[in-house]
Amino acid sequence: MDVTVTPLPGLGTQQDFTTRSGHRIGVITYRDGRFELIVSDHEDPDKVAASVALTTAETSTLANLLGAPQLVALLNEQQSEVAGITTWQLSVAPGSPYAGRTLGDTEMRTRTSVSIVAVVRDGTAHPSPRPDFQFSAGDLVVVVGTAKGLRAASEILEKG
Amino acid sequence: MHDTAISLIELGAVFFGLGILGRLAWKIGVSPIPLYLIGGLAFGTGGLIPLHGIEPFTHLASEIGVVLLLLLLGLEYSAGELVTGLRRSWLAGVIDIVLNAVPGALVALLLGWGPLGAFTMAGVTYISSSGIVAKVLGDLGRLGNRETPVILSILVFEDLAMAVYLPILTAVLAGVSFLGGLTAVGVSLVVITLVLVVALRFGKYVSALVDSPDPEVFLLRLLGAALLVAGIASELQVSAAVGSFLLGIAISGSTAANATRMLEPLRDLFAALFFVVFGLNTDPSQIPPVLPVALLLAVATCVTKVLTGWFAARMQGVGRMGRLRAGAALVARGEFSIVIAGLAVASGAVPGELAALATAYVLLMAILGPVAARVVEPVARMFLPSQAKKA
Repeated sequence: MDVTVTPLPGLGTQQDFTTRSGHRIGVITYRDGRFELIVSDHEDPDKVAASVALTTAETSTLANLLGAPQLVALLNEQQSEVAGITTWQLSVAPGSPYAGRTLGDTEMRTRTSVSIVAVVRDGTAHPSPRPDFQFSAGDLVVVVGTAKGLRAASEILEKG
Repeated sequence: MHDTAISLIELGAVFFGLGILGRLAWKIGVSPIPLYLIGGLAFGTGGLIPLHGIEPFTHLASEIGVVLLLLLLGLEYSAGELVTGLRRSWLAGVIDIVLNAVPGALVALLLGWGPLGAFTMAGVTYISSSGIVAKVLGDLGRLGNRETPVILSILVFEDLAMAVYLPILTAVLAGVSFLGGLTAVGVSLVVITLVLVVALRFGKYVSALVDSPDPEVFLLRLLGAALLVAGIASELQVSAAVGSFLLGIAISGSTAANATRMLEPLRDLFAALFFVVFGLNTDPSQIPPVLPVALLLAVATCVTKVLTGWFAARMQGVGRMGRLRAGAALVARGEFSIVIAGLAVASGAVPGELAALATAYVLLMAILGPVAARVVEPVARMFLPSQAKKA
């Protein structure tokens, strides 16, 4: 990816790249630490169609949403040889019975025979989490297993 | 004691009145600068409140306003940004000078104000208001646009040009000879280079001189340093404004960010008084005769700024619509045009009508600028064929 870094004198820095669909997507980092997500207009790529101010917590949530699919795609690609096994990403929604509880509490492996291979939080992946790993709302859990097991796992994270 | 009471009442009325004007300005989406000027003009006629006891204070306060305006302008940019800005946009900067300084100079010559008047008016029509431009870009959500870095680097260039121009202006207004003028230019160029080098190399030491974790101490040191430097600079004929601008450049990093936060309210207060005093000292009866000229100048320099933005943005490969947006964003003139006119009029070396023309011109441009930035796209769409793709 070709990321262009443009200084905005007196304000901060802008980093953006152009997508295959012809949009310019980027982030303005202001000197006072604010972030802004920018997406260019399709008609006029020089113009911003949307600029969204983001707090630090919001940027990491967004990075989460964008970071996990990449990991899932990668794992899926690696396991494409093995028949019947797929990778999903499940989210620990706010209000999930396991938000704030440990991985061991879910008894996921015993109940559904799926493996939790990673947890993505704040844009970073925590690979092979141990049973004492504590979930928090907003985590994305990357699980590998059969389709049936994965559906069960999704139920568990949602309803307990 | 009675006099103090009167002065307090007068000052309070002025500030309160400015507060109402400022609120009104943001409501209708224009910069408050023109309204402050109008406020000054209104007081000046003796119409509303004759201000007598507070001249010494307002006079000094307006000087401090200029110092703070320029200090914060310097704080806005780091020395590194100035140097890269200069390297990147010098050609656009030169086009900007040629296109926008010439109309002002021509008008002054045609009005028979001589070379001094021409030199002053050149500055008045040249410099965009970085304050208004930055605010408008932020309000319209255009900071992420591809033409925005182009606009900002032109503003950086203009501010550097100011740092060269103001000392020369002060020198020629003081009536020094051609040789003396050259000396002033030489001195100011050397000083600016020195300050840039110091800021790039030893910025942290300068910052450490004024920095303090205690807000009270920090504020006192900052103000003290700014006024000291400004005073010494004007004693050396480099003009107080330039001195404080250079101090602002030399202060860098987190110190600069904190200083900006701390001084902003003070700047707003004193700068508002500066505009009022400028309005007070301008005779309103002189404005109607110069109004046609001001209008002509306004239209001409709107066009020249749009052209400037067009060329500058084209050099960076921005499409047609973006070029027009860049041009329209640069139209606004404001605080620095008034600073220049104020210096000239205070020296007595130029006719009083210059103040009237500058006032009328800035009134027009400070209102026209934000409007131009807003309407440029719909207007351009009417005239340009749709799908203004990259040319």
